[in-house]
Amino acid sequence: MSDDILLKMRGVKIDGKTGDDWLPIIKGIDLDLRRGEVLGLIGESGAGKSTMGLAAMGYVRGGCRISGGSVEFDGIDLAKASESKRRALRGKRIAYVAQSAAASFNPAHRLIDQYSEAPVQHSVMDKNAAQEDAVDLYRRLQLPNPDEIGFRYPHQVSGGQLQRAMTAMAMSCRPDLIIFDEPTTALDVTTQIEVLAAIRSAVEQFGTAAIYITHDLAVVAQMADRIMVLRYGDLVEEAETRTMLSAPTEDYTKSLWAVRSFKASAKPLPAADAVPVVSLRNIDAAYGPVPVLHGVSFDIYKGRTVAVVGESGSGKSTAARVITGLLPPSAGEVLFNGKALPPNFKRRSKDQLRQAQMIYQMADTALNPKQRIRDIIGRPVEFYLGLKGRAREERVRELLALIEMEPDTFAHRFPGELSGGQKQRIGIARALAADPEFIICDEVTSALDQLVAEGILRLLDRLQGELGLAYMFITHDLATVRAIADEVVVMQHGKVVEQGPKVEMFQPPHHDYTDLLLSSVPEMDPDWLTNLLDERAREGKPLSTEGV
Amino acid sequence: MTDTTNDPTTVIDPIADPSAMSADAAAPRVAQESAWIRISRAFRNAPLTAWFGMITIAIYIFVAVFAPILAPFGEREIVGAQFEEPNAQYLLGTDNLGRDMLSRLIYAARNTVGIALLTTIISFLLGGFLGMLAATLSGWVDQILSRIVDVLMSIPSLIFALLALTVANTWIGRMDNPSPWLYTAALIIIMAVLDSTRVFRLTRAVAMNIVVMDYVEAARLRGEGLLYIVRKEILPNATAPLIAEFGLRFCFVFLLISALSFLGLGVQPPTADWGSMVRDNATLISFGVAVPLYPAGAIALLTVAVNFVVDWMLHRSSGLKD
Repeated sequence: MSDDILLKMRGVKIDGKTGDDWLPIIKGIDLDLRRGEVLGLIGESGAGKSTMGLAAMGYVRGGCRISGGSVEFDGIDLAKASESKRRALRGKRIAYVAQSAAASFNPAHRLIDQYSEAPVQHSVMDKNAAQEDAVDLYRRLQLPNPDEIGFRYPHQVSGGQLQRAMTAMAMSCRPDLIIFDEPTTALDVTTQIEVLAAIRSAVEQFGTAAIYITHDLAVVAQMADRIMVLRYGDLVEEAETRTMLSAPTEDYTKSLWAVRSFKASAKPLPAADAVPVVSLRNIDAAYGPVPVLHGVSFDIYKGRTVAVVGESGSGKSTAARVITGLLPPSAGEVLFNGKALPPNFKRRSKDQLRQAQMIYQMADTALNPKQRIRDIIGRPVEFYLGLKGRAREERVRELLALIEMEPDTFAHRFPGELSGGQKQRIGIARALAADPEFIICDEVTSALDQLVAEGILRLLDRLQGELGLAYMFITHDLATVRAIADEVVVMQHGKVVEQGPKVEMFQPPHHDYTDLLLSSVPEMDPDWLTNLLDERAREGKPLSTEGV
Repeated sequence: MTDTTNDPTTVIDPIADPSAMSADAAAPRVAQESAWIRISRAFRNAPLTAWFGMITIAIYIFVAVFAPILAPFGEREIVGAQFEEPNAQYLLGTDNLGRDMLSRLIYAARNTVGIALLTTIISFLLGGFLGMLAATLSGWVDQILSRIVDVLMSIPSLIFALLALTVANTWIGRMDNPSPWLYTAALIIIMAVLDSTRVFRLTRAVAMNIVVMDYVEAARLRGEGLLYIVRKEILPNATAPLIAEFGLRFCFVFLLISALSFLGLGVQPPTADWGSMVRDNATLISFGVAVPLYPAGAIALLTVAVNFVVDWMLHRSSGLKD
């Protein structure tokens, strides 16, 4: 690696407009990037990672401004350069890969046309040459059918393939620098691997420098040569990847490293004659003519957590919809404390509805933005338990205290005035307000930062102990499963492929699919990806279950 | 906040809460502001056009409310000769029957604006409620309501209104001793029904986006009734676009009523109304007298004023920051 500095950011300050005021988002950060080097930027949401990444292109989002410092890219100060000068660099010498490829591709154009846009625009290649080049890159990134895949539209390609096509697109002008903004966050673990492998090989083959933004430490450990930890727009710590992983110096970094250590206390097995709170018996379900679930059966006992895992599309959430009665099954039945529930929620009694509550993945859409916290939690209290006036207010305050939020501070607020983790707590309080026996947690932590997510898991675990709740925990994150589950149900293509107590599930021998899932979870070891790829190549196993 | 995407993993949240209990200081600053401060700040930052619109509307309302005090003569009083030139006694001259133009102009503010406002309100209550019902229930309720609306919308509204009013007016005319209010009531109801089709479409579209939200699903799973869901979960989230649309629809209704009056089927004489005043005095234009343009100007000015205010409100509700 040469010592030639490609990108030099000095004292970069960026402000965002809130109402009438400018609030600092980035508070003066220095960043150096050598040619061919991969720099990882990590931190929680709001740390300024994405803003910093965009600033490396001399770009700020609407409502933001660069208020100080310099962004020197190969001798050109992007913070001061004219817009046309910056535009000449973007796409050609600096490229950007966004988090959601599905949202970033134009659905009306074929992949290869979008690929050739930048080279043609910057007069690097004509259209034919660009298309040939695209096929070549698709092949190098190991996309299936490289000759043909470019002629498809974005919706005809899977998420992981789309993200690789976007990486290829970023490579089209052979830029000096690529900014990857959480490129694998929205993907399943098994798909994530192939994208990581593709990005790494692309960066290595062309000697491209990269800034890799993520909140996932295990991922950044695989990708980056050097890591910068950001928090509240300040630099916390910066070091080579291996040094950073083995010997972090700052407390904040250490807390990030330790976050995956939470484990719920082990619970005794249910008695042999115990009746499960919820029991699914041979459930078949379909969306219209499309069958989704095939003979799904599992039991959930009082005070225990069943984690349902699988990739997206495996039928996890559909199983939850069957239990709640939103999707009546085409065959099979749902038993609640041994009694069959009416398949459609409209036919269930108020008490049956009260017993099973749900916590949603996106607290943003799960809470009505125009209702105060008092009313969001108070409504089920009033509706199910018939408490009104003072009694209702008292219960709301109890519930807020139960989820560790100060009633006087929060009761009168709107959801928009809360942070992500606080909103999710309100979602939990709303479920508890019904005084249920059973709660479905649908990916409740996947939209949250790891530290915040851990707080939510601890809270759920405590509540389970105090109230004897049964949880069905839908997740694709196996670290969460390790932390909280008592039993695990692995689903694939609408079938249960394996189920049993957690202890057994995390020890071999596994079902092939469970094995694939487990081995795909990134570990903090910087050699993990390399070793895994070698091993899978040796055994001739595919990287993922997608049609390769 | 600086990010407009909905994806929670990319939202730049100025707060990160390691423990929620201590996150009080980190909560967004809006929490401390009362609604009053927020509204007054919105007014302070209103552009000049919005101020112009609001002041003009305020003047119209003032004139409409205090018409009997402000007008020098009565609404239907014949005070002079036909088509008198403006002079010291009749500031804007007299009309084709010798009534004072200024007085009629002032009274018409009451009639025309009042009828248009009432029509718009009814059309919003009707269209808004049915639109939300269609979005919430979906299925066959939505199909039937939407197809009826399609049929109504497929006929140009001016022609449909002419037809319906002719039928209604003939019908009322056959009654013994019909009250003149019946004609106005027929006008308001016909216009409101025709206009509610547009409101229905908009409300349905807005409500559709709200119905798919998890909080609506949560309310349904709780076992809430239809009315609660419409009133408490959907309506509060649909108000911003609906209020903006209210201003726009008011303008259209107002213009359509004026057009109908101009054609002789709207507000019936001797009630003063800007549209019919233009028609009654239209012959004067060929003599180079500007009198018929005053009621036309009153219509135009109010339309422009309302649109300025609506533009400002739409801009605010869209969340753009320039």
